[in-house]
Amino acid sequence: MSNVLFDVPGPRARLRYRTYAVVGTVAVLGFLGYIGWRFYDSGQFTARKWEWLQYAQVQRDLGNAVLQTLEAFAAAAVLALIFGAIFAAGRLSDHAWIRGIAGFVVEFFRAIPALILMFLFYFGLPTVGVPMTPFLGVVLGLTLYNGSVLAEVFRAGIQSLPKGQSEAAYALGMRKTQVMFLVLLPQAIRAMLPTIISQLVVLLKDTALGFIITFQELLYYARYIGSQGTFGRPIVPSTIVATVIYVVMCLLLTALATYLERRNRRNKKVIAGTGGKLEQVALGSAAGTAGG
Amino acid sequence: MDVLFNNLDLFGPFFLRTIELFVLSAVGSLVLGTVLAMLRVSPVPVFRAVGTAYVTIARNTPLTLVFAFFVFAYPLLDIVKLDYFPAAVTALTVYTAAFICEVVRSGINTVPVGQAEAGRALGLTFGQILGQVVLPQALRSVVPPLISTLIALLKNTTIAAGFSVAEAGAIRSYLSERGENQLVGLLWVALGFIILVAVLSFVQRSLEKRWSVAR
Repeated sequence: MSNVLFDVPGPRARLRYRTYAVVGTVAVLGFLGYIGWRFYDSGQFTARKWEWLQYAQVQRDLGNAVLQTLEAFAAAAVLALIFGAIFAAGRLSDHAWIRGIAGFVVEFFRAIPALILMFLFYFGLPTVGVPMTPFLGVVLGLTLYNGSVLAEVFRAGIQSLPKGQSEAAYALGMRKTQVMFLVLLPQAIRAMLPTIISQLVVLLKDTALGFIITFQELLYYARYIGSQGTFGRPIVPSTIVATVIYVVMCLLLTALATYLERRNRRNKKVIAGTGGKLEQVALGSAAGTAGG
Repeated sequence: MDVLFNNLDLFGPFFLRTIELFVLSAVGSLVLGTVLAMLRVSPVPVFRAVGTAYVTIARNTPLTLVFAFFVFAYPLLDIVKLDYFPAAVTALTVYTAAFICEVVRSGINTVPVGQAEAGRALGLTFGQILGQVVLPQALRSVVPPLISTLIALLKNTTIAAGFSVAEAGAIRSYLSERGENQLVGLLWVALGFIILVAVLSFVQRSLEKRWSVAR
């Protein structure tokens, strides 16, 4: 697509590009070098700031923190998928009142920041006598927010299916529920898998919000280690380590999405002709991935 | 109702702070995001690689972590001192720019090849084609996803509450100090966001109608 904007370069353009490339490389290296030097100069690379990584206990705790993050992610992901499927079906219902309620719920939770939802559960519910743990607050907040985004994704997927699919199913004598759950949803989920997984990446990242309501996950632990005087308060190293772990986890999920997308393109079972509409939806949800 | 009206001195200024945070980081990330998109479509491979690396890292890092970096770690580096509020704007901008970049880039893809070819035939340079022919059309065609990204940014401003910025997300902790009912207070905060998001959605719809590219 980049050749939309420029032709195959001739000799002079190639020379010019090479000059730009050199200047650009120097500028980038200069910037990174400066940051690196600031890190070095302020003593972030001294052995004392990194030795905490060698302690077996710290490694175990770090592992546990990652596990906590993954646990919250897994629980919220499963619940959000169920929530999404139910409310997508609700928004496509034949009964106006079900459509109305489902539409209201989905729009409501999509408009409220995930952090405010977590606050509502963690700080709000105990005031009316419902006991809460940070873990439950995080999971419920993430479920409602991402579940309603997923509901829209499912709905778009179902609406992009050709009409003949449901007509054929009705002709076979299936009931509405059967048509939805046996014929439409499985196809929609398959077509929307890449989008669904990129929403799950959002969910994974949003578990880090739990740190604000004292859920002891990866970021919480990174903060904790960073404040330990015995290790020389290694907040910069611990932030770097946490970033690397998060980026790797998210990239693994993204790689899964890319793999599934490529498999979809080869797969004949995925309904053709939904491309244009799906692209539209994917475009919209690519933006949605900014959520947290 | 009481919780809202007895504490209007909290809700008013704090929501204004949220809007301030939103507007500043929206402008910042639109500029940075467009520059990144230009890098990602440029003919120089090094520029493309830089853009890709930035987007990949920023998109896969939790925003809370970006905040934690700018608030806790960055001051130790002793470069330019950032207060809590500027640090929050920086964190939001750095993060959101990556998403804006991807939206703008997908917009550039919607512009027909013929547009750029015609520009080249007229002797326009790469910069002229991008700035005067392609980008204006691209930006118009991505108004809906662009504003969706901005809505996400608006909601993300609440994270600043965890990092000592007094915006809408922080209203709760002040209410609890005053011994007010937190559940009711939080519902008012939620309603505030629903209204703000509704305003943005309205802007989205009207811009979409007015700016759609006729092709």
